[in-house]
Amino acid sequence: MTGDPSNMSCEEFQAQMPELIGSGEDASAHPHLQTCDRCRALLAELQVIADAARQLFPSVEPPDEVWTNIESALNKKKK
Amino acid sequence: MPNSTSPAHTPSRSRPNAVKETLRADSASDPTNHATNQAKTGRATKPGAKRDSKKGSNQATDEAPDHKADGAASQATTQTAKQATGRTTTRAGATDAVSADVLARAQAGDHQAFALVYSLHKRRIYSLCLRMVGNVAEAEDLTQEAFLQLHRKIATFRGDSAFSTWLHRLAINVVLMQLRKKGLSLISLDEAMEPTPDEGPSRSFGAPDLTLTGAIDRLALERAVADLPTGYRLIFILHDVEGFEHNEIAAMLDCSIGNSKSQLHKARLKLRDALRIQKRQEEQP
Repeated sequence: MTGDPSNMSCEEFQAQMPELIGSGEDASAHPHLQTCDRCRALLAELQVIADAARQLFPSVEPPDEVWTNIESALNKKKK
Repeated sequence: MPNSTSPAHTPSRSRPNAVKETLRADSASDPTNHATNQAKTGRATKPGAKRDSKKGSNQATDEAPDHKADGAASQATTQTAKQATGRTTTRAGATDAVSADVLARAQAGDHQAFALVYSLHKRRIYSLCLRMVGNVAEAEDLTQEAFLQLHRKIATFRGDSAFSTWLHRLAINVVLMQLRKKGLSLISLDEAMEPTPDEGPSRSFGAPDLTLTGAIDRLALERAVADLPTGYRLIFILHDVEGFEHNEIAAMLDCSIGNSKSQLHKARLKLRDALRIQKRQEEQP
């Protein structure tokens, strides 16, 4: 592993990506990305996916029957 | 007596503030039927992976559907607190005091309090089940089972983590048990968190032959999420869809924060692989 972030290989950079992204820092400012189109594209694509995730699987209420069934099961247990 | 907990724990990046919660409490709410109240709740910041890149061009400004439920939960809980204590507490302390009260009553076997706990958390738990199994009937059964288990175990909650985290963990185990019954290659949380090497994403050192830019087809992405190995799907849904923080996910899944970050990254890489394959197929004559 190189000591200088700007000289690191793609493999080295990508090994650091989970922590870099997960830390909340601006990953796009990493020195490696200033010279590497491939890793810059990778980061951008992951960002597109993460952004799109917000539109997935709308949150929904369970139907009332679920609570009815729970109450029914609890009442049976009481008897 | 349990420790003080959040009633309907919202992922920390988007937790509504105490002022909003107290204002919402002015509306009465039936604990088991508050869909109308949900529609009235304020908007909350939608968490998501954008927050991983805080200086990126897209700041999270949208609303997570789940957080509507949390807003309604705040209404219901605070309303109950007023009924239970006969007074209106200060804004900052209202929610915590209420949640401890409702929770304590539910732990003591108060059915009405348990009904409130259900109404506070039903949306998030049902949505999690539905997102994990992709089948309405199954998600309903799993939600029912999760809350029946909660009823059996609620007295054992001691407040070591947020109640919502604890409940999510319980629900996740119910889901994983169901997946095991269905014969899927998954036994436990530990295994869910360690997909086999061939389930992992491909390495990305080759030249990019096409890129995913602009809007991704939502259905295509949902299909790709559904096809993820269970552990990846779980992490992706919890973080990117539901908006939990890595520390919250780590507590739910009993893994390290680093592991949560790593699994999420692999999940996104795996989705990228799937979407690129789809795109390639579409582009073939």
